[in-house]
Amino acid sequence: MFDFEGYGPSIFGGAIITLELAVFSLVLAVFLGLMGAWGKMSRNRLAKGVATFYTTLIRGVPDLVWMMLLFFGGQIALNSILDYLNYDLGFNLPYPQFNEFTAGVLTIGFIFGAYMSETFRGAFMAVENGQIEAGKAYGMSGWKVFSRIMFPQMMRHAIPGIANNWQVLLKTTALVSVIGLADMVRLASEAAKSTGSPFKFLIPVAIVYLAIAALSDIIFKLLNNKYSAGVVKGGS
Amino acid sequence: MDALIALLESNDIFTPNTLMQYWGGLVTTVQLVFLSLIIGLVIAVPLAIMRASDNPWLSRPVWVYTYVFRGTPLLVQLYMIYYGVTLIDGIQDTFWWEIFRGAFYPALIAFVLNTAAYTTEIFRGAIEATPRGEIEAAKAYGMSWARRMRRIVLPSAFRRAIPAYSNEVIFMLHASAIASVVTIIDLLGAARNIYAQYYAPFPAFIFVACIYLILTFGILGVFKQLEKRLLGHLRPR
Repeated sequence: MFDFEGYGPSIFGGAIITLELAVFSLVLAVFLGLMGAWGKMSRNRLAKGVATFYTTLIRGVPDLVWMMLLFFGGQIALNSILDYLNYDLGFNLPYPQFNEFTAGVLTIGFIFGAYMSETFRGAFMAVENGQIEAGKAYGMSGWKVFSRIMFPQMMRHAIPGIANNWQVLLKTTALVSVIGLADMVRLASEAAKSTGSPFKFLIPVAIVYLAIAALSDIIFKLLNNKYSAGVVKGGS
Repeated sequence: MDALIALLESNDIFTPNTLMQYWGGLVTTVQLVFLSLIIGLVIAVPLAIMRASDNPWLSRPVWVYTYVFRGTPLLVQLYMIYYGVTLIDGIQDTFWWEIFRGAFYPALIAFVLNTAAYTTEIFRGAIEATPRGEIEAAKAYGMSWARRMRRIVLPSAFRRAIPAYSNEVIFMLHASAIASVVTIIDLLGAARNIYAQYYAPFPAFIFVACIYLILTFGILGVFKQLEKRLLGHLRPR
């Protein structure tokens, strides 16, 4: 059963790439999500407008469209910006290559940043105002209030949402195979095409996705326990 | 109208020819999404009833189905069906080959199976949220299981499911863009062709992004009206 006709190692390498892609995207998404949530709750109208525009626009258009726009258009846009800087302003900057991995991380990070914004916004609003006031009354700076009071309490409310987004994000990474990244799905589908036995390669890939999902469920449960320390559950 | 024609003639990319390609893509996308949703809905209702049942012989198999289809990428499911049908022995000699030779029906099957899995879970949640009192009242009236389902549980479960189902509809619209991967000329497929033709990524993809955005807001609007009509009694006054 476990005969992959020599494709085994390369598909395993693809699985590592899938995981790397997912983790890097998650980090970017969490960062953008925190920024977006801050913007949406801000009293600054510009920040609020930008954040609302970002979350609405991203969530209204398919991920694959964003991916292609960024992958096919990103290099052109980057080159023309650099052309402008180098020729018109006299800089001498190098031209970086826009590869599939970067395009994938940027798009998935941007897309899930929008979903994370909503998650974090809800979580921040669930922290009582009195907690923040108490922090300020202790003379804490804005950053200290955030890192010591807001963030740890907010995470308890945010973890279920983050877990949900992560599960969807993980499956979205499969789309990067379409723009040419040699991830697990692309390698398996190429092996399937050239050997003419699709199930032999695609079923193990599906199982790897299910295994990662099950494993991350456990991790998120542990995280949830950590951030819910001291919270008394209601009900029975 | 004249101004519009002049505008169309003055640009290089959005000629009547490419606009017709986009139109063809729009028709394909709408067909795919609409058919998948309708068929998926029909499959999901009995599956959700099974899934909500107390009998593990009924609920477990459905759980396995929804777990697998919700836990793996749609793209992998699509590849399995698209490459898998050609392996069925002798299919090339039957009339089925006419149907499955193109990519449309394999894609439709993948989408139906995927959306049915999500919809089953949505309905299961709605069925399980039926207030106990309603079921007890129905039993007190001497209603049979089937009548209880038909008259009491399902109508209110459908209403409760609307907000979550509207998310699924939008998810399906967005997921349908991967049909372009298996050579279907849907909206994104048309955009990819036009990008390849003119090597102009921004006009080609931004235009199609706008169409998807309009479709998304259209769907949201329809569901908002539906919620107003069917869930009016639950609105805060």
